[in-house]
Amino acid sequence: MYDRSAKLAAKGVVIEYWLHRSKTIFRAVQGVDLTVRPGEFLAIVGPSGCGKTTFLNAVDGLIPIAEGSLTLDGREITKPGADRAMVFQQPGLLPWRTVLGNVMFGVEAQGTMTKDEAQRRAKQQIELVGLKGFEDAYPLELSGGMQQRVNLARALLTDPEMLLLDEPFAALDAQTREMMQLELLKIWSQTRKTALFITHDIKEAIYLSDRVIVFTRRPGRVKNELEIKLSRPRDLRVKRDPQFLTYEDEIWESIQEELAVPAERLMAGMPAA
Amino acid sequence: MSIQSWEPAAPTTTLDRPPAQERRSIVKPSRGKQYEPIVIGTFSVILALTAWQLVANARVMPILFLPGPNDVAQAFVKLFQTDDIWLDIGTSGAELGIGYGMAIAIGLVTGLLMGWYTRFQYALDPFVNFFYSTPRIVLIPLFIIWFGIDMPSKIAVIFLGALFPIIINTMAGVRNTEAALLRVARSFGASDALIFRRVVLPGSVPFILTGFRLGIGHALTGVVVAELIAARHGVGQLIAIAGQTFQTPKMLAGVILIAGTGMLLTTILQRIENRFQAWRPQLR
Repeated sequence: MYDRSAKLAAKGVVIEYWLHRSKTIFRAVQGVDLTVRPGEFLAIVGPSGCGKTTFLNAVDGLIPIAEGSLTLDGREITKPGADRAMVFQQPGLLPWRTVLGNVMFGVEAQGTMTKDEAQRRAKQQIELVGLKGFEDAYPLELSGGMQQRVNLARALLTDPEMLLLDEPFAALDAQTREMMQLELLKIWSQTRKTALFITHDIKEAIYLSDRVIVFTRRPGRVKNELEIKLSRPRDLRVKRDPQFLTYEDEIWESIQEELAVPAERLMAGMPAA
Repeated sequence: MSIQSWEPAAPTTTLDRPPAQERRSIVKPSRGKQYEPIVIGTFSVILALTAWQLVANARVMPILFLPGPNDVAQAFVKLFQTDDIWLDIGTSGAELGIGYGMAIAIGLVTGLLMGWYTRFQYALDPFVNFFYSTPRIVLIPLFIIWFGIDMPSKIAVIFLGALFPIIINTMAGVRNTEAALLRVARSFGASDALIFRRVVLPGSVPFILTGFRLGIGHALTGVVVAELIAARHGVGQLIAIAGQTFQTPKMLAGVILIAGTGMLLTTILQRIENRFQAWRPQLR
């Protein structure tokens, strides 16, 4: 029944919210069908408010789906699990813990490692994300980029089957963002973990991914899918490659169409006024 | 000779990053700057005392109305030459210790439960609001009827005085846990117990300590007011009797005793608060 070539399979996924004030149901995601292959880096792009982060939260098991099925290796996703780890848009670090303590928090919450082992491997992980020497620094002493490295290290330490990334670089300045993209690819190529990356940055999506999926406007559905056939390892120069620009144009067109959608279709998912 | 050697050697004191738990400023502060708060504070106190002494020395008012600092100091010394003072301090101290201690224990637990379990909060909110918005000292007559004029009635007033600021602040601390931190914890599959111990509780510490600090003020008010109304011993009672018998310097000596206790306890709590804030970079 389930597709063996898929790590993650979403079939007709619908996600709804109950709006307290207007006492209505609000549909954020409408029938998403997609698969993520093992070891694949997949990015979802879409106009802001299209439900892509909502979809990712459902994959993480933080929110339930209303209809359809969402499976990881054929198992239904109902709650967060050690097989997935999320890198959040807001780093969400405990301000009273050091870098080391924060990196350990994920495995600590899962209870999958002894403290000594967690500490030893956390130190390796901190080195991998380029924060060696900052083990004892507190989050408020770090720059935004460094905080996101901690966020990433915390997720990687849990050694998940699948890495979920929710616009992790959106709040960073342009230069830091590019450096982080480069570093992420470096780290990813060492582990080759299946990755699902949410972003609104088209270039970022193409640069990182094997495949890019474009979401429609709210309520979000899969509009378009694009295989990115740029060779790896990729350095930042690939962003000026003619093939890269072709991909960028195609995705941009797709999103433009969505932005031009008449207002009544947008209202379809919204509560009646 | 390598090209690098043209670079001036970095001073050995330069670090890659400022060490944690240390205050920073843009420029190296001068030696005097460090002592500025103490020096200026001491100076202003001396100035105020001098002015008070000068006005008192002019004797425009009799000593009954305006004793000088020297009169108060003498009364203070004399106070400690009697044996009664130790009974008074012991009585008030025990009342304060027991009442405030109970308020901390019960207030902390109640506040945490109310913050964590919404339904528990719904159940207790009416009572907390009722008592918090009522001056608890109006209950003194009732406590005297129930417990008599000795320590138990005072302990009850102190306890109720300190309890509610502690409950309310503790509850606020739990409620103010950052949603982003909770989401991270849930995403990693943390149990409720772990979320409470490792995320909610440490995050509430500043709020809890603020509650303790506010509680001290209320507790001291309770000691004095309860003893003013009816008591056999205690510093509040000492102040009341000295006032009624026109021993103004002695009265003020008692006031200083109370104020000193308050300042001491508040300073101790402030120190504890600072210890828990090591991770917060200091501005200034």
